[in-house]
Amino acid sequence: MHDTDIARADPAELIACPQCDALYRARMPEHGARAVCARCHTVLIAPKRRAGMTIIMLAAAVLVLVLGAVWFPFLKISRQGFVNEATLLDAAMSFTGGPLLVLSLAVTALIVLVPLARAVLTIYVLAPVVFDRPPPPGALRLFALSEALRPWSMAEIFALGCAVALVKVADLAQLSFGPAFWMFAALVFLTVIQDRWMCRWSVWHALEQGQAARRERAPA
Amino acid sequence: MSGAPHLLTAREAGLVSCTRCTRVWPAGTSACGRCGKPLVSRDGYSLSRVWAWWIAGLMCYFPANLYPMLRTQVLFTVSEDTIVGGAIELAKYGSYFVALIILIASVAIPIGKFVAIAWLAVSVRRGSRARPQSRHRLYEIVEYIGRWSMIDVFVVAILTALVQLNIAASIKPGPAALAFALSVIFTMLSAQAFDPRLIWDRDTSDDGTDRA
Repeated sequence: MHDTDIARADPAELIACPQCDALYRARMPEHGARAVCARCHTVLIAPKRRAGMTIIMLAAAVLVLVLGAVWFPFLKISRQGFVNEATLLDAAMSFTGGPLLVLSLAVTALIVLVPLARAVLTIYVLAPVVFDRPPPPGALRLFALSEALRPWSMAEIFALGCAVALVKVADLAQLSFGPAFWMFAALVFLTVIQDRWMCRWSVWHALEQGQAARRERAPA
Repeated sequence: MSGAPHLLTAREAGLVSCTRCTRVWPAGTSACGRCGKPLVSRDGYSLSRVWAWWIAGLMCYFPANLYPMLRTQVLFTVSEDTIVGGAIELAKYGSYFVALIILIASVAIPIGKFVAIAWLAVSVRRGSRARPQSRHRLYEIVEYIGRWSMIDVFVVAILTALVQLNIAASIKPGPAALAFALSVIFTMLSAQAFDPRLIWDRDTSDDGTDRA
């Protein structure tokens, strides 16, 4: 078995499964192939060709769509001559008054601010790396932040919420989709695709090496 | 072919791994030199934090079901709906599918999550006859699905923003919306506090390849 020599190897060459702690020698698989943990089947490394550029483009598109989706109305309602249009910001800020204001802020963060922040962080961290420049200052910490925010980015859940709301008030009034709804639907797709393209290990590895190169170049 | 192959873990090799960026360091390193995350071979406080968030989540879940989620006013009649009441109302009007989505997202998933997290935490302490593969799978499902419970809060937000048609119809949020959102957030934190490596540890020692 490889047991004894893997324990003696340089830790920098190893990778441990974050879910079950199994230890492997980190080796970059072919583009499009995936290195999977043999014990718990967590995907460890999954590089894709030209992934960096693709991810940056997707992040830029997400940025534009979120900003657009905030300003345009996404649902329009009418009943007995009364008409109302709601923008994303209206929905996010709809819990007004008292303790429900906290909820407004939380909802705004989950559906607008967190997706926006993740797109900006992704571009800031990865763009220099893709164009063969050293990573920007604080790149490792900021990528860590972006990763920590991942479960709190709930744009796709909000999109499904729109569909449920539509059915819920169907008997109460007439509803129609505004432009922001379609932007939001596109946003959901882009976020999912971006997640598929992102190989986290490759990013950490590239950032670490870039940081080391940067330190060598700048003598004390 | 039962069970996974036995693999050397970072802990057995005298190393400690970073669960955020998967980098491996010599045992005793206090923080990951790559991403800055504090390193612990096994998080001893993991289960205490899991239970703390779990209890907080459960305490919010009761008011979330008892108080009204929506206050609907159509012309001069006002009706208040709890989560379950709203779903029943929908089913009465024939939208069984949406009623089912709401029941799954706001009743089945939260309760399932409470049970699943509690069982995982207990099984790590007491041991379990279930294979670690299945328990790990359960953990992954809990982690993935937890966020989707937020859908009901978003629906309330959308309806409140949208249905403001003077006296013809208007919708206001009820106190349950806040309680429910908190319950979802607390259970997400509870699941995140769980250290899945604990699931696999007992498996290793059962093999006889014990490490003092």
